[in-house]
Amino acid sequence: MKVLVAVKRVVDFNVKVRVKADGTGVETANVKMSMNPFDEIGVEEAVRLKEGGKATEVIAVSLGPTQCQETIRTALAMGADRGIHVQTDVELQPLAVAKLLKAVVDKEQPQLCILGKQAIDDDANQTGQMLAALLSWSQATFASKLVINGDGTANVTREVDGGLETIQAKLPLVMTTDLRLNEPRYASLPNIMKAKKKPIEQLTPEALGVDPAPRLKTLKVVEPPKRKAGVKVKSVAELVDKLRNEAKVI
Amino acid sequence: MDFGLTSEQQMLVDSIRAFVEQELKPYEDEVERTNQVRPELIQQIHAAAIKTGFYAANMPEELGGGGLDHIALTLMERELGRTSFALQYAVARPSNILRACQGEQIERYLLPAIRGERVECLALTEPNAGSDLRSMQTRAESDGDDFVINGTKHFISYADVADFIVLFAASGAEETGKGTKKKITSFLVDKDTPGLDVHMGPHSVSHRGFHHCELVFTNCRVHKRHVLGEVHRGFDVANQWLGATRLTVAAQCVGRAQRAMEMATQWAATRKQFGQAIGKFQGVSFKLADMATEIEAANLLCLQTAWKTDQGTVADADYAMAKLFATEMLARVTDQTVQIFGGMGLMEEVGVERLWRDARVERIWDGTSEIQRHIISRSLLRPLE
Ligand SMILES: Cc1cc2nc3c(=O)[nH]c(=O)nc-3n(C[C@H](O)[C@H](O)[C@H](O)COP(=O)(O)OP(=O)(O)OC[C@H]3O[C@@H](n4cnc5c(N)ncnc54)[C@H](O)[C@@H]3O)c2cc1C
Repeated sequence: MKVLVAVKRVVDFNVKVRVKADGTGVETANVKMSMNPFDEIGVEEAVRLKEGGKATEVIAVSLGPTQCQETIRTALAMGADRGIHVQTDVELQPLAVAKLLKAVVDKEQPQLCILGKQAIDDDANQTGQMLAALLSWSQATFASKLVINGDGTANVTREVDGGLETIQAKLPLVMTTDLRLNEPRYASLPNIMKAKKKPIEQLTPEALGVDPAPRLKTLKVVEPPKRKAGVKVKSVAELVDKLRNEAKVI
Repeated sequence: MDFGLTSEQQMLVDSIRAFVEQELKPYEDEVERTNQVRPELIQQIHAAAIKTGFYAANMPEELGGGGLDHIALTLMERELGRTSFALQYAVARPSNILRACQGEQIERYLLPAIRGERVECLALTEPNAGSDLRSMQTRAESDGDDFVINGTKHFISYADVADFIVLFAASGAEETGKGTKKKITSFLVDKDTPGLDVHMGPHSVSHRGFHHCELVFTNCRVHKRHVLGEVHRGFDVANQWLGATRLTVAAQCVGRAQRAMEMATQWAATRKQFGQAIGKFQGVSFKLADMATEIEAANLLCLQTAWKTDQGTVADADYAMAKLFATEMLARVTDQTVQIFGGMGLMEEVGVERLWRDARVERIWDGTSEIQRHIISRSLLRPLE
C-alpha cells in the first residue's frame, strides 16, 4: 500500500507572529519556518505503517515555493521514501491545494492519503475534507488512532466533541490527523544523511492541469485585540450578580 | 560567502535540540541534586544516542561513526552545550586522538569506542605540570617489551567511568640549545592494568555529575604495542588530533550562553519593579543587547574556525581565539544573567546559578585563557623575531 502524506511549510509554532505593516498578511521574511505540526504527525504515522509492514512506500508532497523542498527533506529525514514538490508562487487556498493533491493522487494511486486536520497558519480545516469529496473517497477526520485491517478497511478513532468515536472506513481513504495520534520522532543522523539522496520530483500546477488561482481575497489582517484587564469582585454575591446580569451566562 | 545553514544542517540542529529536550533535559535536576549520572542513565543515554546515530558523530563513517564535518559538529556541540555537561557527555564523541590507533589498537580501542562499548579518558595534567605539560614527572622507562610507568596524574576527567586511558608520560630527555627537554610518549592503558590506582578527585564547582580522578602509577607495566603513535612523539600525536577539542569547548559555551540569554530575556520581560517590567529599564535592556551581540560574535567565530578546519586552513591561533573568546563571553553572559535575575539568580531551583558555576571551568581546562593568549600572541610575534 502506498501512502501519500501532505506536508505544508508554515511559520514555526514557536514564533510569535506579527502582522505585516500594510495589513496584507503576517510577516514571513526572516522568520523560522517548519513543517506544520499536524503534518509531522501524519509523516510519523505513515512511517510507522511502513515500519509495521502495512505500507510499502511513503510519499511526501508539498505545494508552494522552492523552499517547500526543505519541508519535504524533513519528511524524508523522518523516513518518507520520496518527495513530490508542486512548485508555485501563487497563494494557495484550500480548494486549490485539494485540487492539486487530487491530481497527484490520480498520478500516484495511493490507498491512503494523510493530511493534518488543519495547518497552524490559516487554521482552515478544509483541505482533507475537500480532497475526499473531489476523489469520492472515504474520509476520517481528526484521527487519534489508525488501524489498517486486512480486508481493505481501516478503523479510525476520531476525536469528536463528546469523546472518541471509532469508525470503519473503506480504503482508499483520506485521513486527517489530530494531536494525539502519535508523537513524531526527531530525525536520526543516518536518516538526515540519507534524505539528501532521496528523490524529489518537481511538478507544476500547469503540468497537473490545475488552475491554482485564489478564489477568496484577503481584505485585511489585524492583530487580535489586546486582552483587557479584568475586574476584581468583592464577594461571591457580586460575582453571581455580574455573571447573571452583565455577562448573562447563568 | 554564505552564512546560512543548509537544510541538512538545520535538520541536524532541530534533531539534536529535540534529543536534548527529550533525552537529557528531564534529568538535569537529578544530576544537580545528586552530583552524579547514574550508571543506568548513562546506559540509557548511550542507547538513545546510538539509536539516533549521534553517538561518535565525530568519527568517520567508514569506521562506524557519524561522519560529520566540523561545521556540523560545531552545531551539534552548540546544541548539546544547552544542557548539563555531565548528561551530554554520555552522547560520546570519542577523542579524535584515537584515530592515531594502528594495527590491533584499532580493534581494541578505536572501534569499541565508536561502538559505545569502551570509553576513554585523557591523562596529561599532573599536580606539578598543568599549563607547562612538558615538565610532567610521570616516567615511562623501557624494559624489554614493556614500558614501566611511575607517577601521578590529576584532574583526569571521566576516569571514574572510562575503561581505558590515553596517557602521556616522559620517556626520555634530549639536550637542546635551551637546555634539557623531555621527550613524551603517549600510551593506551587499560584501567584494570596492575600498578594503576584510580581515586576520585576533589569536588569541583563546575559541572556537577562530571567527575575527575587522580591516577597513581606504581611500576605499572604497559606493553610497547600500546604506544599510541611513535615512541617519544606523544606531543606530535596530541598536536595532530587535539586542536579541534578547543573548538568543541567554545561551541558548547555558545549553546550554554544562548540558554542563559533566553532565560534572562524571559525574566527581564516579566519581572516587574517600579511598576514596569525590568527590561524597560535601560540598565537591564542594554545588558541584554551586549549579551546577544557577544553570543553572536562567538557563534560566528566558532563556525568560521570549523569552516577553516574543514578547508584544511585552520591554525592553532584560530582554535585559541575561538576558545578564548567563547569561554570569556560565557563568563560575562552568565554573570549578567545572574545579575538580571537578582537574588533569585543565586537560588539553585531557578537554574541560572548552575550556568554561572559551570562557566567557570571553561576558562581553565583545555588550556587556560592565558595559554590561549600566549598561543595567539606568539602567532603574531614569532614571524617578526
Ligand atoms: C574539572 C577539570 C577537569 C580536567 N580534566 C582534565 C583531563 O581530563 N585531562 C587532563 O590532562 N587535564 C585535565 N584538566 C587539567 C586542566 O587542563 C588544567 O587545569 C589546566 O591546563 C591548567 O593547569 P593547572 O590547573 O595546573 O594551572 P597552572 O598551570 O598552575 O596555572 C595557574 C595559573 O597560572 C597561569 N599560567 C601558567 N603558565 C602561564 C604562562 N606561561 N603565562 C601566563 N600565565 C600562565 C595559568 O593561566 C593560570 O591562571 C582538568 C582540569 C579541571 C579543573
